[in-house]
Amino acid sequence: MWLNVFWFLIIAFLWVGYFVLEGFDFGVGALLRLVGRDEKGRRVLINTIGPIWDGNEVWLITAGAFTFAAFPEWYASMFSGFYLALLVILVCLIARGVAFEYRGKGHSDRWRARWDLVILITSWLLALLWGVAFGNIVRGVPLNADHQYVGTFFDLLNPFALLMGLTTLGLFLTHGSVFLALKTTAQIRDRARGFALRLGPFVVLLLAAVVIWQRTFRGNVFSVGLGALAVVALVVALVITRTGRDGWAFIASIVATGALTSGWFAAMYPDVLPSNLNETWSLTIDNASSTPYTLTVMTWVALAFAPFVLAYQAWSYWVFRRRISAKQIPESPTSVPAH
Amino acid sequence: MDPLGVARWQFGITTVYHFLFVPITIGMAFFIAITETAWVRTRNTLYLRAAKFWGKIFLINFAMGVVTGIVQEFQFGMNWSSYSRFVGDVFGAPLAMESLLAFFLESTFIGLWIFGWDKLAPALHATCIWLVAIGTMMSAFFILAANSFMQHPVGFTMNTDRDRAEMSDIWTVLTQPLNVWAYTHVITGALLSGATMFAGISAYFLMKRRDVDIFRKSVRLGLVGMLIASLATIITGDLLAKVMTEVQPMKMASAEALWNTSAPASFSVFTIGTLDGSSEVWSLRVPGVLSFMATESFTGEVEGINDIQARYEEQYGPGDYRPIIPVTYWMFRLMMGAGFLLLLTSIVGLWLTRKGRLPKSKAVWVLAMLAIAGPMVGHSAGWIFTEMGRQPWTVVGLYRTSESVSPSVSGGAVLTSLITYTALYGILAVVEVGLVIKYVRIGAPGEAEALLSIRRGPPRRRGGGRQGVQSTDEHEDKPLTFAY
Repeated sequence: MWLNVFWFLIIAFLWVGYFVLEGFDFGVGALLRLVGRDEKGRRVLINTIGPIWDGNEVWLITAGAFTFAAFPEWYASMFSGFYLALLVILVCLIARGVAFEYRGKGHSDRWRARWDLVILITSWLLALLWGVAFGNIVRGVPLNADHQYVGTFFDLLNPFALLMGLTTLGLFLTHGSVFLALKTTAQIRDRARGFALRLGPFVVLLLAAVVIWQRTFRGNVFSVGLGALAVVALVVALVITRTGRDGWAFIASIVATGALTSGWFAAMYPDVLPSNLNETWSLTIDNASSTPYTLTVMTWVALAFAPFVLAYQAWSYWVFRRRISAKQIPESPTSVPAH
Repeated sequence: MDPLGVARWQFGITTVYHFLFVPITIGMAFFIAITETAWVRTRNTLYLRAAKFWGKIFLINFAMGVVTGIVQEFQFGMNWSSYSRFVGDVFGAPLAMESLLAFFLESTFIGLWIFGWDKLAPALHATCIWLVAIGTMMSAFFILAANSFMQHPVGFTMNTDRDRAEMSDIWTVLTQPLNVWAYTHVITGALLSGATMFAGISAYFLMKRRDVDIFRKSVRLGLVGMLIASLATIITGDLLAKVMTEVQPMKMASAEALWNTSAPASFSVFTIGTLDGSSEVWSLRVPGVLSFMATESFTGEVEGINDIQARYEEQYGPGDYRPIIPVTYWMFRLMMGAGFLLLLTSIVGLWLTRKGRLPKSKAVWVLAMLAIAGPMVGHSAGWIFTEMGRQPWTVVGLYRTSESVSPSVSGGAVLTSLITYTALYGILAVVEVGLVIKYVRIGAPGEAEALLSIRRGPPRRRGGGRQGVQSTDEHEDKPLTFAY
């Protein structure tokens, strides 16, 4: 059924879009202290993603909802199977979202320091955990004949998945610092570039290792090609970062993030959640899917509205395209204005 | 441990908590959009200052609605995977539409609205908050379509091979009468929430006689909004009850704890029943009212719980098809009571503030502030009623709550997540309420501050057209007028 293939591609696109977009805002959050250093610097970082992080996160919500609509079995097995891991992810997303909005609403250094800590911890954890989660999905999880997850929480912490987690962590940190180089000025920009260049080579090695490891148990010519593209694109991103052409460097780092994450889906196809107990127990684009009627309805809805969504979200990036400098940041209040 | 009971508690707690913020968000977005439009149209800076003030309160609340909403969407898969498998083909579609049509709209334009005061022309900026308001209202439509399917499944066929419901008509799913009236009832209720926030918080300033010129306008907007919205909520509630009687007779009967089929059926304002809720000891009754609510006639017949139970046993096999009657009975009254009290509050408030009057009595203003709790009680009670009244089903007549829970998730795991969410939500509630109170105390920005934040000079008062004076040119290091 071409509809099933089409919806597999749409959901892959949403996840990839999510990681490309929120990937850099995880990186920005994680670098709050390392690149931000002082209060003004930290605020510069937060304000580079302030207007857009919420829109980025909706890619995740939409990936979840579209999976529910198009592949209910996938949604049900994945979310119930990864129960405790997802709980941690959700707690992080909740705390992080509130932190961006509430940090600036306080009037003391202690208040801001606390929310900084929340942003820091949740950004590191999320950047790591999403990799662990998808490492497991690609590797295959213990699904029984009824597509129920029969493993434990600790089965998710296998070496391959952990390495994938480290890779996404490193990649998102690099992606975030390349984004910061594009969006900031002066010392903050220098620190972001310096960080990308120092960390980047290690991430290239991690990326190459994990891509090769992934190929040993799953994959095809497309997933190998995407894996190679990810490695090459990241190298290119680092080389361009050295020359200071931040826009091109960011595009290359988008390609690297996009290629690694689309490689997961390419490797799995036509499975959506492989079983490592018995291949015939895997969830596939056929046995996990909704009816052709539902897929057709959703296809029309997606084709009709997605162009508008992409257009206005791109427009919001355009509105906030300027670099932000520490000089532009107003003083942080230290007392509540009296009346 | 039994995962079912814990999962149900978790759904109840996280949903009621989420819905404390949602109606305020929907309602306030609408009234802020009106206020900002008034600024754009009149260039009266009082409206700008009001929009800025209400915007702050709104955003503190909005953040909570957004983050607690993520849990809602993931919870179906995590705790209710059997339900998700059974119903995903139908239920997933409105959720997906909600994401694509509503969530992107809200999240993108709220970012533009928060950070765009000095970057977008005033009319375009006001359009952003209108789009946010429209987004929140669309969101409610799709989620209620999904919920209405649980209450009264339509537009599907059963696939017995795969043991799941499959969608056969999306249009019917989206527009069944139950959804039309549930949606209008919830939206008018949400506008009531927003209006009551406006009136209640304005009351604080008017009691203190602070920024009277701003909050005199806001309190009237709030009170008029409350009057219209509470009337509309009551009317749509009545129309919803009639559809509900038809498609969910057990729920209507349990709303009134009507044990035996009656014509005419009276409405009890208050009942003392036996402890197990199976029969009543004493009650205060208004004759014929339940008949009217259910059938549009004061003498119409309303089917009683015992008869429906017997009918369901024949239809679905042996079992108890009654919800917990004391819960449905009292939640129904709490919800209606809140609605009527708010209607009364708005009438009294409009009378006391007629032609620019401001009562001197503190008690009046304090009462108006307390009214803020009204819509929260009403919405919570309404949802508890409608969801508890659906039991023992998740999809009425098709799928039971007891079958819905995830078979692969242990009770301990569900309990862990229940404790985690409850603790986190508890902390966030304290932070949220603290911030709202603080920002109410800080109050509205002064005229100069408000104009600076949109990078405009004072408006030309006479003969200068409507456009304010544009201040300095763009400059690299010019401070941001708004930053997190």
